[in-house]
Amino acid sequence: MERITIDPITRLEGHGKIEIFLNEEGNVKNAYLQIPELRGFEQFSIGRPAEEMPRITNRICGVCPEAHHMAATKALDALFDIEPSSVVKKLRELFYSSFYVTDHTVHFYALGGPDFVLGPDSDPAQRNILGVIHKVGVDIGKQVIECRKRNHEVIQMLGGRGVHPVAGLPGGWSKAMTPEEQKVILEFAQQNVEFALFSLKLFDDIVLANQAYVDLIVSDAFTHQTYYMGMVDDQNQVNFYDGMIRVTGPNGKELVKYHAKDYADHIAERVEPWSYLKFPYLKDVGWNGFVDGPDSGVYCATPLSRLNASDGMTTPQAQEHFERFYETLGSKKTNGRYAPVHHRLATHWARLVELLYAAERMLELVQDPEITDPNVRPVVTSTPTEGIGCVEAPRGTLTHHYKTDENGILTDVNLIVGTTNNNAPIAMSIKKAAEGLIKNGEVNQGLLNQVEMAFRNYDPCMSCATHSLPGQMPLEIQIRDHAGNLVDTLSQYVDQP
Amino acid sequence: MTDNGKPKLAMYWASSCGGCEISVLNIHENILTVDEVFDIAFFPCIADFKVKDVESYPDGYIDVCLFNGAIRNSENEEMAHLLRRKSKVLVAYGSCAYEGCIPALSNLTTKQATFNKVYFDNPSIDNPDKVLPQMVTEVPEGDLTLPNFYHTVKSLDQVVDVDYYLPGCPPEPPQIWAVLQVVVGALTEGKPLPPAGAIIGAGTTALCDECTREKKEKAIKRFYRPYEIQPDPDQCLLEQGIICMGIATRSGCGALCPTVGMGCRGCYGPPDGVEDQGAKMLSAIASVMDVGHESMEEDDLEEVIQEAMDSIADPIGTFYRFSMSHSILKRVKNGKGDA
Repeated sequence: MERITIDPITRLEGHGKIEIFLNEEGNVKNAYLQIPELRGFEQFSIGRPAEEMPRITNRICGVCPEAHHMAATKALDALFDIEPSSVVKKLRELFYSSFYVTDHTVHFYALGGPDFVLGPDSDPAQRNILGVIHKVGVDIGKQVIECRKRNHEVIQMLGGRGVHPVAGLPGGWSKAMTPEEQKVILEFAQQNVEFALFSLKLFDDIVLANQAYVDLIVSDAFTHQTYYMGMVDDQNQVNFYDGMIRVTGPNGKELVKYHAKDYADHIAERVEPWSYLKFPYLKDVGWNGFVDGPDSGVYCATPLSRLNASDGMTTPQAQEHFERFYETLGSKKTNGRYAPVHHRLATHWARLVELLYAAERMLELVQDPEITDPNVRPVVTSTPTEGIGCVEAPRGTLTHHYKTDENGILTDVNLIVGTTNNNAPIAMSIKKAAEGLIKNGEVNQGLLNQVEMAFRNYDPCMSCATHSLPGQMPLEIQIRDHAGNLVDTLSQYVDQP
Repeated sequence: MTDNGKPKLAMYWASSCGGCEISVLNIHENILTVDEVFDIAFFPCIADFKVKDVESYPDGYIDVCLFNGAIRNSENEEMAHLLRRKSKVLVAYGSCAYEGCIPALSNLTTKQATFNKVYFDNPSIDNPDKVLPQMVTEVPEGDLTLPNFYHTVKSLDQVVDVDYYLPGCPPEPPQIWAVLQVVVGALTEGKPLPPAGAIIGAGTTALCDECTREKKEKAIKRFYRPYEIQPDPDQCLLEQGIICMGIATRSGCGALCPTVGMGCRGCYGPPDGVEDQGAKMLSAIASVMDVGHESMEEDDLEEVIQEAMDSIADPIGTFYRFSMSHSILKRVKNGKGDA
């Protein structure tokens, strides 16, 4: 039996490794996604004051610290049993929307985009953000930099710092927005909406206008029928900041809709000895292995999942694009809901629809009459006990669960992080892509990027490489014989000339 | 590969959150200048070189390596040794590499307790067979391996020699850009580099020097949690009884957290001349507290002092929030953190 090690990061960034085993005919027998990292926040947070958690847990991820900051802050609301005022909620959601704009922008332009803009089989040396800029023009590159810049300015203005914000407090926010800041943010929000519309147009021109790409998106190798999770408001429309957690099935029907505080009734996490990262599944269905279908508790929590689990978007232009997304991909509407789209590569498009929603939502909130109300920091006197906070992180539903003693010192912490939700589906996507490409022991060079595309659409956070500039993780495939001897090494990266 | 004569830059993450990379991206348009000046030799974040490329470089081939992240497992340590060998100048970039950062709070507990919490004892776990991740797992198709998770989180200089330290969690973009300009000046115009072992990209004195909040005589009766009072927007937070680490923390960030009404947590590490940030904070607090009076009985005085000290929640996890690896405490003894 041959063995293929795809080691994007253990030798490089230390975040993930893929092992593919072939059978005697040289076809894929099994594939494993291994996460070699653990940092142990759940344990070392015990003994800390609960109110420090928004400032501690954002260090889980420096790419999406705003998501941890917000989930932790909401867990404090619950822990101290204090309902934030409407201005506090709006201010937090405004901050959070701005974060979504920058985060989704980076993924589309620097990570997912190059596969489409340059092409999945293009020269690997060009298939990165710089290649994108060369292809579509340097002005667009500058727009992307500008978009990151203005939104990080908002994050610092409202959250205190550009990375690892500090403003979240139980029931409140440490800093109100001034009318001067409001003016600046209003202008930024308008620019964000334009930028989102421009990005969707770019997706139209480059991807949807190209039949080969459309064929790739709807191809079987990149399709999985699983459950989908996403946060929805009382109208079952997408919301990133607050709402109920809705799970819909492969057939589009609602399996369950629950309060975030009841997460442990619906999600359980399995441990495998070969990975430090746990594998969550739906308790309502049960664990049935790394397989598709209605009998498998595997679920997905991504931009595609959020759209599939919802009935629509609350902002007008995002709703138009939501409908267009489903209509274009041939989804039929029954009882007011579109049938789910199962094509994983469509996640890139879904992410852009969310980008537009985040920009429009930001624009709505910054114009809210009470948004500059200075009363955002209540004095809290209640005795803390237990609290659960949940938001939609860009990479999936994020849950923080704290218990404390009567002094608010943490006694128990449980975290289910965005990408963790997708641990099993990513593993399945990798296996399916490998199965589709490796036949009779022939390993095609194109495998490397196709495998990357299989997991890249999830925007996995365990590999921070995929959150940053050139949009590809340095992948290497080692082919070993049954004795473990290296017989060949394939790499998609060319040495510099 | 050919050498185009440009200085070689590397940036690597060990056990980290990715925030250091984001901080570099947050120099925004200046990133294009970095790309012009430097030849990237290894930078998983923005270039495609792999470990085998690094291994093939002659020793000292990389001019400057910005190393972020702590040493959490065996793989992190292997990479630290490799990059030390291949780099002329190795910079501990950011709080994790410099002094352990928040993940080094893990040194207040044990590996066993961490595994127990993560894999056995939490509300969503489904692990009846008590499975734990293993360094080698035999699956039907072969063996799968994982790196060794260390008991103790170490800073970079606890495993290799470090030339410079760039503090912050993460470092602030204007400071990063200033440092990169100094490096460029040294490499292209022969300007002097800072002395070996220096802390770069930061001030030398306490954060209070750059904080705009008004400071008066400090006479603190008791401390408040940040949600217990509405602090005055202009007055020093510590004077109002809100724990702020500014007094024991190096300047350089611009006092961002106090500016939005939140106490500093010390991510830039101790200022010049201070060995142990937590000890410095403790002594600073002792000197600004105003409890009791001379005529009190000793027992009564002790009681009021104790009461005031008890109003500080979690002194160890607060005063050593970022500096545990570098602290004189280092870590709890094996097994002591299991409780």
